Amino acid sequence: MATAADEIELSYFPGCSLATSARENNRSLLKVCKKLGYRIVELEDWNCCGSSSTHSIQSDLAFHFACRNLSLAPAGRPLLVACPSCMLRLKQAQMHLKEDPQACEAYERMWGRPVDPDLDIMHFFELLDGAFRAADPERQTALKGLRFVPYYGCMLTRPPAMRHAKNYHGLMEKILSACGAQPLVWGHPSKCCGTFLSVAKPAVVTPMVNQIIQGAIDVKADCIVTACAMCYLNLEIRCSLKHQLPIFHFSELLSIALGMGIKKSWLTRHLVDPVPLLKAKGFM
Amino acid sequence: METTAPIRITAKSSSTHWDLIQTILAQSGTDFRRCFHCQSCGGGCPVSHAMTYRPNGIIRLIQLGLVREALQSSDIWLCIGCNTCSMVCPQAIDIAALMDVMRHMAIEEGVTLAEPDILAFHKEVVNSIHKYGRTHKLEIMLRYKIRQLDMFSDFDVGLKMLAKRKLDLRPSKISDRKVMNRIFEACKVPPNGNGR
Repeated sequence: MATAADEIELSYFPGCSLATSARENNRSLLKVCKKLGYRIVELEDWNCCGSSSTHSIQSDLAFHFACRNLSLAPAGRPLLVACPSCMLRLKQAQMHLKEDPQACEAYERMWGRPVDPDLDIMHFFELLDGAFRAADPERQTALKGLRFVPYYGCMLTRPPAMRHAKNYHGLMEKILSACGAQPLVWGHPSKCCGTFLSVAKPAVVTPMVNQIIQGAIDVKADCIVTACAMCYLNLEIRCSLKHQLPIFHFSELLSIALGMGIKKSWLTRHLVDPVPLLKAKGFM
Repeated sequence: METTAPIRITAKSSSTHWDLIQTILAQSGTDFRRCFHCQSCGGGCPVSHAMTYRPNGIIRLIQLGLVREALQSSDIWLCIGCNTCSMVCPQAIDIAALMDVMRHMAIEEGVTLAEPDILAFHKEVVNSIHKYGRTHKLEIMLRYKIRQLDMFSDFDVGLKMLAKRKLDLRPSKISDRKVMNRIFEACKVPPNGNGR
């Protein structure tokens, strides 16, 4: 584990979900980052990435929303993003800037500074790859006996133009199984949760969410582990099955895996109570 | 070639099908003419159960010159933009990008929209970003429900979320509030969202 002296500094873009409805995701994530030796500096005055709605109705707005955030990122420090949807929006804007000189001009006129083509936009998962390789006997049993299905959601699969970008699939299985948990093979790791249709068309989203949760029940999972705060919310609020499974943010389980436990203030924000499961497995 | 370029619709409401098709090709940066209707997109699409034509059906309409029928369909609004179709297409057609163009074009062309509710929701999100620089979920949901004159569906979900503090009463805001006006002016978008 890194000491204070060699802490690595990262800019951090939390995004609207982590800043509000998924605060437990944000807090557990910051705790994990700190433990892994990173100093996280929240991007000063960041704004919404534009989310799924903006690009659906107006591309220029979506582009500028994302660009303003890029323009706020200090040089020489990677920009850490935790929400897969924000990640997609910011990366897409950066790709567009790299490809199109006219877009660069518009950016420079708008924000009064040159585009930083070297800005490294990294997903939270990138910090973890490697961090869990060292065999720590204590860690190997931290999540012993937990049967989980990994749920990445659709935003980590990308449009074809971004096919050369990094792929994070498999990482949750790799890390949590190194901590003693048992990943299960199932059919819906990247199935879309319904995102914004959850508000406008709940009747369309409920069968989608039920299918995902039933898929997890069918392989006898104890819980679903999500990479995305928006997926997390839809899985919790739109399931109409009699039997519901606890849903965890990946960062919450990492906190247990790193020996820091799971905080009561995070658990009280879960709509499906995970406490009985955690107690039965001896994690709290 | 795929592109991440912002889409600017130039077609006018008097546009012929041919004009619209040329615009779709140019703005989506993807060639829908390659589609041979294997239906992989529809098979993978998470919302195809609610669609009328499914993604390849929309492409078929365009191929047949029935662009206005496609623009008036529910399907282009039910599309979530999850990119699954684009990733599974054996002909490498970026269908999700095409769907974005179809939505923009439906607004621009002033066709009768099959899913005004979904557009209303998107506008509430954009409004919230204009106002606060960030999305305020509670206000978006309330304003949307009032607009739909539907205060009772989801009442239980809303209460549960409030009880669990999933919905903040006060918005998270940016401090530089003028910056959002600048962005909206630069994009020539009135603050109340796009178009109608």
